[in-house]
Amino acid sequence: MNADESQLIFWQQALRFLSFEDGVVRIAVLGALLLGCACGLVGSFMVVRKLSLFGDTLSHAVLPGVALGFMWNMSKDPWTIFIGAVIAGLAGVAVVQAITRTTHLKEDSAMAMVLAGFYGLGICLLTWLQHSGTGEVAGLDKMLFGQIVALSSEDVWLMAIILVIAGAILFVFYKQYLVLSFDPGFAFCSGIPARLFNGVLMLLLAFTIVAGLQAVGVVLISALLITPAATAYLWTNRFHHMIFLSCGFGMLAGFAGTFVSFLKGGLPTGPFIVLAATLVFVSSWLAAPLHGWVPRHVRNWKRRRRVAIENVLKHIYQLIEQRGPVLNQQIRLRELNQRRNEPLPDSLRVVRQLVRQGLAEWVQVVPAGLHETGGLAFVLTESGHRRAQEQVRNHRLWELYLNQAASYPMDHVHEDAEEMEHLLSAATIERLQRRLAHPTLDPHGKAIPQNEREA
Amino acid sequence: MNDLFIVPWTEQLSTTLWIVVMGFLVAMTCGWVGTFLIVRRSAMVGDAISHSLLPGIAIAFLWTQSRDSLPMFIGAALAGVLTVVLIEALQKSSRIKADASIGIIFSALFALGVVLISLYSDSIDLDAECVLYGEIAFIPLEPWLEMWGREWGPVPVWRMAILAVAVLILMRLFYKELLVTSFDSALAGTLGISPAVYHYGLTILLSLVIVSAFESVGAILVVAMVVFPGATGMLWSDRLDRILLQVPLWSALTAAGGFHLAYAWNVSIAGAMAVVAGAMFLLSWAFSPGRGWFWKRIRRIHQATCIF
Repeated sequence: MNADESQLIFWQQALRFLSFEDGVVRIAVLGALLLGCACGLVGSFMVVRKLSLFGDTLSHAVLPGVALGFMWNMSKDPWTIFIGAVIAGLAGVAVVQAITRTTHLKEDSAMAMVLAGFYGLGICLLTWLQHSGTGEVAGLDKMLFGQIVALSSEDVWLMAIILVIAGAILFVFYKQYLVLSFDPGFAFCSGIPARLFNGVLMLLLAFTIVAGLQAVGVVLISALLITPAATAYLWTNRFHHMIFLSCGFGMLAGFAGTFVSFLKGGLPTGPFIVLAATLVFVSSWLAAPLHGWVPRHVRNWKRRRRVAIENVLKHIYQLIEQRGPVLNQQIRLRELNQRRNEPLPDSLRVVRQLVRQGLAEWVQVVPAGLHETGGLAFVLTESGHRRAQEQVRNHRLWELYLNQAASYPMDHVHEDAEEMEHLLSAATIERLQRRLAHPTLDPHGKAIPQNEREA
Repeated sequence: MNDLFIVPWTEQLSTTLWIVVMGFLVAMTCGWVGTFLIVRRSAMVGDAISHSLLPGIAIAFLWTQSRDSLPMFIGAALAGVLTVVLIEALQKSSRIKADASIGIIFSALFALGVVLISLYSDSIDLDAECVLYGEIAFIPLEPWLEMWGREWGPVPVWRMAILAVAVLILMRLFYKELLVTSFDSALAGTLGISPAVYHYGLTILLSLVIVSAFESVGAILVVAMVVFPGATGMLWSDRLDRILLQVPLWSALTAAGGFHLAYAWNVSIAGAMAVVAGAMFLLSWAFSPGRGWFWKRIRRIHQATCIF
């Protein structure tokens, strides 16, 4: 097969997938969307309760149930397999809880033991079925990695029913689950039957996992439970928003993974769905506005720069103050530099920043070289002057407040005010001024600058 | 009875012996490293690493176009360290909690491994299902070690034996450091023992042990070998050194019991070993002297009758 030919097949497959004319494709896509939605829904609750790895344990623990469900009437009847798997999964959860309650082994060891022990039992049962040569076990090993094109319409119905059940239960009892997830103590006091609700949640988890086995397989279903929910966790602080986002991300991953695995026939679906979910997670980790890495660092950087600017303005105001209250005073760079006690180029850089932001103006044109820069002079613009005043006012007002209202000793107020002056909001200043009866002098006897408008 | 218990050890001795020895070595080595994981409360990290080694091995095979052990070991160790580093970086750099970050990282790496293997199936001599299951029954069919004009046994068994000895020596040499860093990392800091060094050392050791156990028991059942011997030991003793001493005993029982169970029922040997390990844990849970469920119950009845 040459390159052109393979590319042709690629486009043909893509077209065949996106046109949704093929029944297999329709069922696969529908299954992936339903599964992504269900996993996102249930997974949100697991992630916020720090129970993410329970999904992993449960998905392995269902294996003996799958085998037993098959043995019930020696056929691949989805319903008996489903019931067997759910029972095995719940038994696994019960064993984990029993181990952590009655021994000094911790939850992680208990989960690892249930995962491996139940899985071993499942493997034994499956190999026993294979070697005894009864019935057709061949399809069961598809449950390891999942093959979404092998879904039948019955499987999709199962997923839809589970999604509806899970959605209904979690919607009706949303308030109870919210309280249970974030404040178990309060839930206990309010008389919410925690064990019943947790049991139901575990049942829903088992339902979802078993429904997903065919599509993404034992190993990777836990990823579909965790990754979309964790992605949503990076985007919002509201739990109900997180649930909807998580369902959306789950569906996106399901769709994208199915699409990619379809392009090159015969590839397992599960890994591609997981990789798609991971890709969405990584981009959110980088760029999600609320908790993404880049926005957080940009915010930090902006805050640091604002603080630096505000500090310079404060120093300039102090210089102006020393000379007496004359407006539009020229400040030499050397003076600022001595006041700030830093290398001259740093002072130059910071004043340049002020000029860029329209807070100051050079009195004469800046020469290219650095010699004689100390002699350069600048003035604060009107807005620069106002911000400088505000800054010094914040500082002194806070010092006064600490000294008078909180009885701080005089020599301890400065350090705290250095931090607080950048954080005080207009409303807080308003209240402070009222509380201190619009003071004019700070504890050190310096004037507290008043806002021109107020004055 | 004879058929089940005598025949494997007489007529099929060489097969049986190597399978049981391999199972024993795997369980013992994994169990030793696993005991430290249990006391460090990171047993699920063992599960995570056992999955996330897959892309490391796949890339090592792709790169060298061979199935040599050395690249495989290097790839596995790198993948193991990468897993732990990523899990910790994710926790530190975002609001994602430990459990979710373990889940995200290992499943992503595992998925990557499966995709690599299925994309380059013609150049990677590796089957995802083989990695997942392993087949300890094929151990005697592996190439044998030849020295001084004699055959000394299958190469993987010797590799595992060397690793077991290495783990034993390292554990003996650094026992104190491992103990302190596992239970009291603040004290370790004041004693000048870097917790990070032992943390990553343990991770590398775990990766090496797991990768050599892969071909015999597979990625998932290796978790049974990691967690069961130590956990069973913890039901019998509170002292780390005694638990570590018990590990060989539980491993031998696991290997021999698992083999016979598999032989009797004609099922997967590795699966049967995991089942026997689980049964051993359950029996200890119920009957271990002093703290087992059974004795606690007896004591309670005894106390109740004393009152009257």
